[in-house]
Amino acid sequence: MAVELDVFVGNTTIMDEEVYQLWLDGYTVNDAVKVRMAGGVLDECEANQDVLLSDTMDQYRTFQMCERLLQSPAKLANQLLFQIPPHRQTMLIERYYAFDDAFVREVLGKKLSKGTKKDLDDIGAKTGVTLKSCRRQFDNFKRVFKVVEELKGPLVENIRQHFLLSDKLARDYAAIVFFANNRFETGKKKLQYLTFQDFAFCAGQLINNWTVGAVDNMAEDMDVDLDKEFLQELKELKVLITDKDLLDQHKSLVCTALRGKTKAFTEMEANFKNLSRGLVNIATKLTNTKDVRDFFIDLVEKFIEPCRSDRWTSADVKLYLTHYTNSAHILDSFKHQAVWDRYMGVIKSCIFKMYHD
Amino acid sequence: MPGKLKAKIVAGRHLPVMDRASDLTDAFVEVKFGNTTFKTDVFPKSLNPQWNSEWFKFEVDDEDLQDEPLQITVLDHDTYSANDAIGKVYIDIDPLLCAEAASVISGWFPIYDTIHGIRGEINVLVKVELFNDLNRFRQSSCGVKFLCTTSIPRGYRAAMVHGFVEELVVNEDPEYQWIDRIRTPRASNEARQRLISLMSGELQRKIGLKVLEMGGNAVVGYLQCFDLEGESGLVVRAIGTACTLEKHSSGSLVNTHTHPNTAPASNACNSPSKDGKEPVFGEDLPSSSGPPTPFRILPTSSFSPPPFSPSKPCSRQSSSSDTDLSLTPKTGMGSGGSAGKEAGPLKTLLRQQTQTALEQREFPFFTLTSFPPGFLVHVGGVVSARSVKLLDRIHNPDEPETRDAWWEEIRQEIKSHAKALGCHAVVGYSENTSICEEVCILSASGTATILNPRYMREGCLDIGSTDHRFDDPSPPSCGFCHIPYDELNMPFPAQLTYCYNCRRQKVPDVLFTTIDLPAEAAVTGKGCLIQARLCRLKKKAQGEVNATAISNLLPFMEYELHTQLMNKLKLRSMNALFGLHIQISVGENMLLGLASATGVYLTALPAPGGIQIAGKTSGDLNNEQHIQSIQKRINDTIAKNKELHQINPPELTEEGVGSPIPEPRHRSRLFRSHSESSDEVSELDLSHGKKDAFVLEIDDTDAVEDIHSLLIDASPPTGFYTCNTETMPGIYNWTTAVQMFTSVRVLRLSNANLSNQSLNKIFTDLCENLLKSFYFKLRSNIPCCLCHLNFTVAVPEEELIQVSVTAVAMTFDQDQTQERFITKGGNETEEQLQFPLELCADSSSTNTQTSSKFSGVPENTIVSSRVFLNRSQKPHSVLFFSVCLFFCVLYVFCSLLLFLLLLLCIFGCGLRACVFYFIFCARVLCARVFSPAASVDYGSFADRCSTWLELLRLKAHTIRRGSVKTISSLENCSPLTEGRPRSLRSSRSFGGSSVTMVKMTPLSFLPGTRIIKYLGIINMFFIRETTSLREEGGVSGFLHSFIAEVFAMVRAHVAALGGNAVVSYSMKDCVLMENPNKNQAQCLINVSGDAVICVRETDQEPMTSMTNIGQSCTADGAT
Repeated sequence: MAVELDVFVGNTTIMDEEVYQLWLDGYTVNDAVKVRMAGGVLDECEANQDVLLSDTMDQYRTFQMCERLLQSPAKLANQLLFQIPPHRQTMLIERYYAFDDAFVREVLGKKLSKGTKKDLDDIGAKTGVTLKSCRRQFDNFKRVFKVVEELKGPLVENIRQHFLLSDKLARDYAAIVFFANNRFETGKKKLQYLTFQDFAFCAGQLINNWTVGAVDNMAEDMDVDLDKEFLQELKELKVLITDKDLLDQHKSLVCTALRGKTKAFTEMEANFKNLSRGLVNIATKLTNTKDVRDFFIDLVEKFIEPCRSDRWTSADVKLYLTHYTNSAHILDSFKHQAVWDRYMGVIKSCIFKMYHD
Repeated sequence: MPGKLKAKIVAGRHLPVMDRASDLTDAFVEVKFGNTTFKTDVFPKSLNPQWNSEWFKFEVDDEDLQDEPLQITVLDHDTYSANDAIGKVYIDIDPLLCAEAASVISGWFPIYDTIHGIRGEINVLVKVELFNDLNRFRQSSCGVKFLCTTSIPRGYRAAMVHGFVEELVVNEDPEYQWIDRIRTPRASNEARQRLISLMSGELQRKIGLKVLEMGGNAVVGYLQCFDLEGESGLVVRAIGTACTLEKHSSGSLVNTHTHPNTAPASNACNSPSKDGKEPVFGEDLPSSSGPPTPFRILPTSSFSPPPFSPSKPCSRQSSSSDTDLSLTPKTGMGSGGSAGKEAGPLKTLLRQQTQTALEQREFPFFTLTSFPPGFLVHVGGVVSARSVKLLDRIHNPDEPETRDAWWEEIRQEIKSHAKALGCHAVVGYSENTSICEEVCILSASGTATILNPRYMREGCLDIGSTDHRFDDPSPPSCGFCHIPYDELNMPFPAQLTYCYNCRRQKVPDVLFTTIDLPAEAAVTGKGCLIQARLCRLKKKAQGEVNATAISNLLPFMEYELHTQLMNKLKLRSMNALFGLHIQISVGENMLLGLASATGVYLTALPAPGGIQIAGKTSGDLNNEQHIQSIQKRINDTIAKNKELHQINPPELTEEGVGSPIPEPRHRSRLFRSHSESSDEVSELDLSHGKKDAFVLEIDDTDAVEDIHSLLIDASPPTGFYTCNTETMPGIYNWTTAVQMFTSVRVLRLSNANLSNQSLNKIFTDLCENLLKSFYFKLRSNIPCCLCHLNFTVAVPEEELIQVSVTAVAMTFDQDQTQERFITKGGNETEEQLQFPLELCADSSSTNTQTSSKFSGVPENTIVSSRVFLNRSQKPHSVLFFSVCLFFCVLYVFCSLLLFLLLLLCIFGCGLRACVFYFIFCARVLCARVFSPAASVDYGSFADRCSTWLELLRLKAHTIRRGSVKTISSLENCSPLTEGRPRSLRSSRSFGGSSVTMVKMTPLSFLPGTRIIKYLGIINMFFIRETTSLREEGGVSGFLHSFIAEVFAMVRAHVAALGGNAVVSYSMKDCVLMENPNKNQAQCLINVSGDAVICVRETDQEPMTSMTNIGQSCTADGAT
């Protein structure tokens, strides 16, 4: 006796959120049945394993049929095949585009290419995410990337509209796209302590302040590419470290302001030139694509690590950077105030976010 | 009379990629009607083409309008090779031909391809202009309403029920024509779909003509079926009930057809309207000096000893004084020859009255299953007939005489069975077939009844209920249980007792019917689905040998199914079955039988006894213990079931009263002394001769198996109820949450050498597991009731068993149910509270009745009560004895019939087949006496609702526009180019409202809503085929997506008609053929239902306050 065929179709498509999650997580039908049994659904309804298997199969089939629609969520709303109430549609989409932070941390900044896709099994093994789920997440990144690539207008908004995602998720995707596009290096050992959310925050800062879109909201790729002109202008900041007078003047201004306000004052005073050189050098090198990729490593190596070795607290860092930024305005011979603010604003908030254990 | 059909192709979306190179499609559309074809321009390189075509106009005869579907084909233009078809849409324009239904078809339709399924959508506008408005529907059957609903549709009243209409058309099946060898599967499927669409159009038109001939304007309970006879052809046949429907006009009685949900509300207002009618029927009645209660008859019956109530003929006379029937009472009494029998004159009279009305009809059949109160007077029982035929090639499609003759035969048989039960009409009538190779089993079944003659002639179905109470003074809650046939002339042995409700007339011990439970029936506790399942192996054979083998098996199957049903009924401590449907399906090497019904405990019927187990070999201690343990299990199950279904029959109170419940034998003897007709009595006595009866005897393993299978049926888990009827007794407060579903399961029997027993077990498990699956899947809907559980079995191939189920899960409010049950209590009169409707008038009058009986008939009462005591000392086994005997007699009867018919067939008609018939016992329905109408004018409601709905729509439209505007203003500040983001925005902001939610239900109503418009019948036939079965997820994946596609297409058609729901939905056929080795499968699905617009009941409140506006609207509509 074999069940040759077994289907159950509801006029309103029946979808169990728990099974959906199992499907998204890449469980096979049999594994999903085991998980569900362990979860105790059977006790609820006097069912047996066969019933559970049949139900899981039905749901998996439904999800598979739905997957095509989920890949272009706009279609889900006006397709006719499945009758799904709007709030369920939102849930389906949101969950389908949700990702594991552990996984995305591995892929962040990598080229979303076939090569990376081949490494997914390694990543899966490393992060404990099933290969199937890895593939879905990776394909989601790639799909979003491809669609937004060709669009004008604000990145987050484009993602939100095209994929009908929540604001939070859209921002995360924007970060992923931004990282993938600029190929920021995130995999180095020194950067391992940073979470995806740290990077997502930084990406948000960069998108809002350093891209073309920050000044012109009509340009193509406005939120994906950094503002080339701005990067050129950053070269002008070099004067802060090359001009000996300016450097000393800057140092004395900062030290005056800091004196007595922090325990780490001596270290700050001693390290000022090093730190300032580090930050300004990062700025001047950003015209090189290679150096853009190393942006986060540079931040860590040139600023965060020295501070950490001197046991600065977060408050110290904040205090120092605030005065460091503001003091530049008082420098008479320093003419690049606007560029300086645009640069330091982002650096400041990025470092705040990244300065933790 | 010609008409003009206009079609406009607006746009397409989500088209498939047809050009691999560009990943785009150059789509254009062909619009075809009859032999005329139009084409749109090619819309190059787009998956979302905007054709915005001109209006394509077809000038055609309305005969074609009825027969032909509008055929829309979407193609991909190809410069160098042939254009590739993307898919098709068939639009049935019949709804546009009916004045009251839809006026325009407009919306997105899925583009369907028989090989690839749904491939994108197309937006189409269709209108019809029928010329010569005044004479609009005279010449053709355009405008006849077709409804699948098997009751008088809500919002309408039946001015007249004309009766049975049937028609069948035959044709060659394109799949079996020679050309099929050379054409593509797609072409073949499309030819088939088109042919069936044409045939069903033709069928409807022909039936429509018959209806017009009869003077009707609608077909209710329209049931259309396809017989795929393979080589021998394709038969499309339909049956229905012709009616003259009228929309409720303001001021008239409405809502006679309440479902429990609305019943309480209408209670308050029913008396004034009744009073208004009273003088009309009451003027000839001298004795009716009492207050104008619904039971005006009561004063008379108090001084005339019932059941010999002289007032009955009297009152009837007066009520029918306007017709020629006024003389019938006298002749009836004289010629009946049954004077002295209980209620004899009444019944003869009734019969004669209605006979005159029904006699001229060839078949007094009604496909309806629920009726306005007062329509049914008595029900005789389930009648069914089956016939095994050998299929022959249909030589001349224009003369489908053979098939006609076959059905004619069966219907005649049904008619004669009904007569044998003392009934003149058959309600809840249905027909079906099962075909395997060249053998075909034709079946028909229904419930024999006596109808109220008034409805046949004057036709005022709802208003007429007032006078019904003069015809039959039985309380509506139990009247239908009273036997229609003469007690001494019973067509089968049955145990009769006095009605437990009114104690005035006889009722049988069990009641089987094919109709829905009348809303007014008094029921104790809740009901549940009861199924009997059976497998019988048969030898493979060909031709006549095969047919003979099958017809020899049939009576045994029917008998066993019945025994199972009866046992399961007793096991659940219930005494009546409603919605009984027995399906026997034939395969090459087996026969499958599945009987489904909803069991209930009718308060009026006696309590069922328990089940007793008897061992044949007594003395064996082990055996004895075994039997005892089984007996204990059975008793426990019964007790558990009683609790589960909340069955607390008021037994104690009855015995205290000492009500007259005579034992039949004594009764009959008693009457022998009074009457001359002693011949029948002796016949009856014969059947009651043996006394040592028992239910189940364990003498072999089979019997043990039987008992086990009896106990294997798991009751639904807490929070679930099941039934196969429209509603569940005892549940009233449905919420609006409904979930319709279709489930199909196919089992492959791996072992070739199965015994009947193990096969039975497999089949039973299959059905039980399906139910378990439903419970599990729908657990989030708890508390809920699975209503209209419709099981269909088939043997698609050797060793395959297919079960398909369509049902609806309806959620209800648990707390309120509990409350109701608390108020109900165990007392019999309190039982009436279950129907709050009847509370004010009915329960009090029932009391009066009972008391008057006691005072009026001292003699009978004494005799009866003595007998009652007698009976109470006896064990319950008598009951079962009668059941067994009843079957024995049936047997003899059947085999005789079988033989006779065999002879008849062979010699008479020369048909190579034998026929076999069967009658079941079952009994009567009588309808409610009141018209429970809240005399609110729903007629104008409907109009108001529609105008209101229109308003809403307009509003929605403007809202949508408005929001688009705001978006464009938004775009100014952050300009998003192109329309894409815009559409996205709007779809996002409207939460996917671009697709109308369409509810579907197999029931005739949606809880919590009111149907304000019937838009037309949905009758669709689809074929799907695949040559890449594995890639589509195997058979399950294939069928899953096909069923989903069928749902989608039904919903799209309903939405395009402007509707938001489908009621009376059913999947009539689901024929699946697979060949996994070749990676192929094919499936045919036929669905039907009624497209409707419904509004939430709560939405009416604001409308009642706008009465004036509504009335002016109605006035406008009338002019």
